[in-house]
Amino acid sequence: MPIEFQRRPGLVIYLTVGDPDLATTRDVALAAIDAGAEVLELGVPFSDPIADGPVIQRASERALAHGTRLDDVLALAAELRALRPSAGLVIFSYFNPVLRFGLERFCRRAPSSGVDGVLITDLTVEEADGYLTEMHHNELLPIFLAAPTSSDIRLKMIASVSEGFVYAISRVGITGKQQNLASDARQLVDRLRRFTQLPIAVGFGISTAEHVAAVSEFADAAVIGTAIVSLIEKAEPGTAPAVIASFLEGLRQGQQTAPAR
Amino acid sequence: MRQIVSTATNTVPGRFGAYGGRYVPETLMAALEELEHAYAEAQADPVFHAELDLLLGDYAGRPTPLYLAERLTRQLGGASIYLKREDLLHTGAHKINNCLGQGLLARRMGKHRVIAETGAGQHGVATATVCALFGMECVVYMGEDDMRRQELNVYRMRLLGAEVRGVSSGSRTLKDAINEAMRDWVTNVRTTHYLLGSVLGAHPYPTMVRDFHRVIGQEIKQQILEKESRLPTAVLACVGGGSNAIGAFYDFIDEPSVRLIGVEAGGRGPALGSHAARFHGGSPGVLQGTYSYLLQDDAGQVSLTHSVSAGLDYASVGPEHAALHDSGRAEYVSASDEEAMEAAVRLARTEGIVPALESAHAVAECIRLAPKLAPDDILVVNLSGRGDKDMGIMARELHLAGAANAD
Repeated sequence: MPIEFQRRPGLVIYLTVGDPDLATTRDVALAAIDAGAEVLELGVPFSDPIADGPVIQRASERALAHGTRLDDVLALAAELRALRPSAGLVIFSYFNPVLRFGLERFCRRAPSSGVDGVLITDLTVEEADGYLTEMHHNELLPIFLAAPTSSDIRLKMIASVSEGFVYAISRVGITGKQQNLASDARQLVDRLRRFTQLPIAVGFGISTAEHVAAVSEFADAAVIGTAIVSLIEKAEPGTAPAVIASFLEGLRQGQQTAPAR
Repeated sequence: MRQIVSTATNTVPGRFGAYGGRYVPETLMAALEELEHAYAEAQADPVFHAELDLLLGDYAGRPTPLYLAERLTRQLGGASIYLKREDLLHTGAHKINNCLGQGLLARRMGKHRVIAETGAGQHGVATATVCALFGMECVVYMGEDDMRRQELNVYRMRLLGAEVRGVSSGSRTLKDAINEAMRDWVTNVRTTHYLLGSVLGAHPYPTMVRDFHRVIGQEIKQQILEKESRLPTAVLACVGGGSNAIGAFYDFIDEPSVRLIGVEAGGRGPALGSHAARFHGGSPGVLQGTYSYLLQDDAGQVSLTHSVSAGLDYASVGPEHAALHDSGRAEYVSASDEEAMEAAVRLARTEGIVPALESAHAVAECIRLAPKLAPDDILVVNLSGRGDKDMGIMARELHLAGAANAD
């Protein structure tokens, strides 16, 4: 189904699935949806996460230590879809686990598991022909990353093949916290708007209500990843869902009071 | 697995059959495009070639000799064995060929900061050397396990003014060093050139690095024709990422009479995690920007690897080798830790040449193969590096320490 953001900015929450275990990921996901997350990115742990900072690297290692697989991520999506029919569910992965699972098989399985969209961190538009064919065939939304370093030609390509939303990387670098939202972010979103009507989500380094409020001025959604994963890492056993719910309630102070669209 | 490659992507430069490509975070695409463009410009510029040739000659010491190893030939009682002496190059390995080329490119692109990964440390030393020569800032990422086993090269890099950053994630070897270098590059992409040290990674690296090492095969061809008036029976080279091998092979690919034999690290044995023989236990997959053979588990997680030689201890292999493997144009065999160590000792005591443990894998295959061939056969072994850096490992494995000669 389509991904729509009702609030401004919508909140997109990234979770590394299986960190620290599958049951916790499920409970945190449900708590996040109930606390106002409109889209969940379900992160598939990978042994070599080149685009991620130390926090998400550690989460991947924890998830892999007890053998979390793409199968588990799809099963979790199905469970979440049954329990929370309206949440947007996006699989977020490096390419190799999907390739190994079988691209066709994955694209066939994902919709029946309630998945709406897929974002592959290390798959650029140039390499995505076969992937896009499978995505379209199975009515999955392909979501691509746009970076501050992307040329206008690239932004146009990215905008033309993305569906659901476009993920704008707020700054040059890997995932992780930052103090101020780089001015890169607003510029990138403004450049992207020339090529697309799709909602634009801004991610990388968003961790405070102030960041969320800043994003609301120029983008449609804010992606919260490292800040969430870091809280899960530090949470006492059993407390992660409550910790994340209360963190999201804080972030929502940065949302505008009137509906977005 | 091949379904990922549509006919459209096959036409993209940087593909080798089904393999290669450009699988990176979007942030790096601009830098890869810039590099591809700068490299194409440099390739077409006689000034660039003149600068590079001068440095390869006067600074690095090219051409390297093609040496007839007569005692080893006699001992093995088969084919004549020639050694391509890349070990005699400045900094002690073939790696300098590529570092001079990319160093010049970085200068042309106006990038003053250079980063690199290193396994055995030979690429790190060559990068640190070129950065010193060109006055550039240099950061080298190296797995902590590799820092320990190639300690001398860590000191050399620091002496040359480079900062060596230890990497403690994963297996603490080459793969993890590349991960960290890529993270650095994603973060500092606007000011930094990533001087990748093998025919790995996203396009244009596999093509560009191969081009910078092509000189090895060009020289071999010319030298063997001068000495023997005919082409060799086979060219042998060790294959980690595969840069010395592709450099040695490339000008023979269209000479079907010449066998091309790559030697991977057989490590301690065939169990996953005990070796780095990608063509004997690996399957196609994407790692660090390229689609090639990969040691991985059934969930697509990259396996740990093992080799006594840090430079071969890597889970994937250059995509051009994957294509040469599938087409059958090149053969890929493996040599174990033990065979490599024995080969190193044998070459040292027969010819007075101590090879790097990486190169010793190629020597090991030569020792197996030569007796099966006729005296008019010719084997050329690319001796890609010298063994000084491996003295610590060799001293331990061969019990060279202490007052008495333990042998």
